[in-house]
Amino acid sequence: MMNKKMLFTAVFPIFLLFALFFIFTSYGPIGVFKTDLPQVEKIFIERFELEPGIIYIHIVNDGPEQVTISQITVNEMFWNFEMFEDNIFKPLERGVLKLNYPWVEGDPYRIVIFASDGVTFDGEIEVATSTPKFNWIYFKSFVMLGLYVGVIPILVGLLWFPFLRRLNRRWYYFLLSLTIGLLAFLGFDTLAEAFGLIGEMPQSYNGVGILVLGFFLAILTLSAISHKIKSFGAEKNEHHKSLTWGYFIAIGIGLHNLGEGLAIGSAYSIGEIALGSALVVGFMIHNVTEGIAIVAPLTKNYERIKHLIIHLIAMGGIAGGPTIIGTLIGGFSYSTALSVFFLAIGAGAIFDVAFDILYSMAKEKGQSLFTITNVLGFFAGLLVIYLTGFLVLG
Amino acid sequence: MKNKMKKTPKIKIALGSLIVLFLILFIAFIVLISDYSEKGATNSPYSKVDSEFDYAKLEATAQMSGGAQGFVGEDAIGINPTEFLTTWNFNNLPTDERSKYYKETRLGDGTLLREYWIYAIDREIEVAPGIFYPAWTYNGQVPGPTIRATEGDTVRIHFINGGTKSHSIHTHGFHTNAMDGVMSQEQGLLLPDESYVYEFKAEPFGTHVYHCHGIPVTEHIARGLHGAYIVDPLKDTRPKPDKEFVMVMNGFDVNFDGENEIYAVNSIAFEYVRNPIKVKQGELVRIYLSNMLEFDAINSFHVHANFFEEYPTGTKLEPDFFTDITVMGQGERSILDMRFKYQGKYMFHAHKTEFAELGWTGFFEVEE
Repeated sequence: MMNKKMLFTAVFPIFLLFALFFIFTSYGPIGVFKTDLPQVEKIFIERFELEPGIIYIHIVNDGPEQVTISQITVNEMFWNFEMFEDNIFKPLERGVLKLNYPWVEGDPYRIVIFASDGVTFDGEIEVATSTPKFNWIYFKSFVMLGLYVGVIPILVGLLWFPFLRRLNRRWYYFLLSLTIGLLAFLGFDTLAEAFGLIGEMPQSYNGVGILVLGFFLAILTLSAISHKIKSFGAEKNEHHKSLTWGYFIAIGIGLHNLGEGLAIGSAYSIGEIALGSALVVGFMIHNVTEGIAIVAPLTKNYERIKHLIIHLIAMGGIAGGPTIIGTLIGGFSYSTALSVFFLAIGAGAIFDVAFDILYSMAKEKGQSLFTITNVLGFFAGLLVIYLTGFLVLG
Repeated sequence: MKNKMKKTPKIKIALGSLIVLFLILFIAFIVLISDYSEKGATNSPYSKVDSEFDYAKLEATAQMSGGAQGFVGEDAIGINPTEFLTTWNFNNLPTDERSKYYKETRLGDGTLLREYWIYAIDREIEVAPGIFYPAWTYNGQVPGPTIRATEGDTVRIHFINGGTKSHSIHTHGFHTNAMDGVMSQEQGLLLPDESYVYEFKAEPFGTHVYHCHGIPVTEHIARGLHGAYIVDPLKDTRPKPDKEFVMVMNGFDVNFDGENEIYAVNSIAFEYVRNPIKVKQGELVRIYLSNMLEFDAINSFHVHANFFEEYPTGTKLEPDFFTDITVMGQGERSILDMRFKYQGKYMFHAHKTEFAELGWTGFFEVEE
């Protein structure tokens, strides 16, 4: 039970904060703040949507001040536009501007939005092309794309399982190290992608916050799950541990691939990449390594796992399937904030499972963590994924 | 050994199932791909022709959509832009109001003493519909009031700096060192709240300009401290014009990045598109054109379906050119005489077409 004193100590700082807030708002800012600073106006152009003869500009007010949109120029020419509501944007308010503009396929366009006080906001359409609309053709294209770059390669990777299981037992540790190498690379890759996206999103969305939230949410959730599994005594069975690892790796890689899918889908829909066969093949080979990462922990205790085939297919689906979802979301409605969140979760999951495997290897009796086998395995993992990455240059 | 024998078939089943699954997926692809490539020619994401869209109508809509959005307010530039065209020596004001800014006195030699009261004022102007620019102005208007005298008249300008920066009136024409409007108060550059009287003989005849010469001069001119100064010849042998228009080509760097975003004649983008300048078929139209554009090296004037006699700087009584485009550097000006042959609406604009599409476009409406 909370006594009165305790309650007071809990509430007092909050009360004080409100009192300060009241003083601040009713008597005005004090001293240094009291300057007539110019307005900080920010309009963030989220994306362009193109239809033949029409450009839609999706914008959000990214600043603390209200902004009035007065004029727009396209390639140094004033152009009439339509707004779906009024042209006044409150902070964080989103809107769409419609321009009847005779754009030409493949050309770049520089768009300047003028606020009422002459502040300008620039945006660029790098390659003008019709934005895909959600229809059967595009749906099929994106599903196909997702299957190609996500699901197939991972299943191919899983097909190495029969080969890997026949390897000598001491290769098991090599494979585990290889997996850690692969995961470490993927983890950093995912984080880097997330940081890159933060630079492209409205500042007011606080991208770093989203990243930190997603990253630790993943680590903490997975840790709590594996703790629960351990407390059920599953730890006694080695094969349960292997299975748990397999699924966790699949989840981490799945989220990574969701982010990858988002990137591919959105790049494709705005005409940034023409997905040539070389690029698709590159992605496939690159992602095959992800399949290896999933099966490696299973090579030791697979005999005791029931319904192994179902587990493998499930893992393949978990790891590869999100690519399809990603390309679909990315292709039809791209949100940087959501992408950052998923990428952060992916990175967290990947690092969590990599650390888990590492920890387990270190606990192994009579084994040093840094044997030649392990170190070579780790480097092999890094190198394989790095080198296959060159195939994805587009 | 026995144990292994037992497990191996299970693995084989697993492997077999995986391969079967793989094959099914592969076949699904082939189906998807074939379906896709069959329609690919017309439905691919990059195809240009799609029956869903009426291209001719879209193009027609697009062609009608150029230009600025909306309308400017009543007092956008401190003077009605149509009125500005035909206003000099404050002749748009009622007599008692006019006397506050302009006074004529006949001198003994028959010439006139023309006195002007001009104030530097900071105020916001609307240079395109909805875009407001913090300008520095003469008498609250951009371009400043047009000063017009006859060759030999005495021009006396009472200048009061009501702005927040140093300002002056620097006129193009003959005058003494003290009337130049540069450097210091001895030469007529004033600090805020100071005042000064510029006095000089109106010469030579021609169409000239005046502007502030406070530094940086670029900014002082670009902010709006510029205007036209016309000196009529004492003995004019040119044909007498039916209509006279004052046009000052200028532009505005609304985001202060050192480049103009908006171009215009008489300060407001596309103003004479919305309100065409009315003239009569066959009458002689005389334009006093000056270029007060900053940041860009050149500007130009072009009129449709017509040619004009050009008197560069207006300093001679015979035209030098008969043309339909004139190109001007910063501060240059000309007198253009033209007659419209046919009725209708005819565009005039900078033939630096980028400027035209950023606001420097207008129309003449030729009536019977």
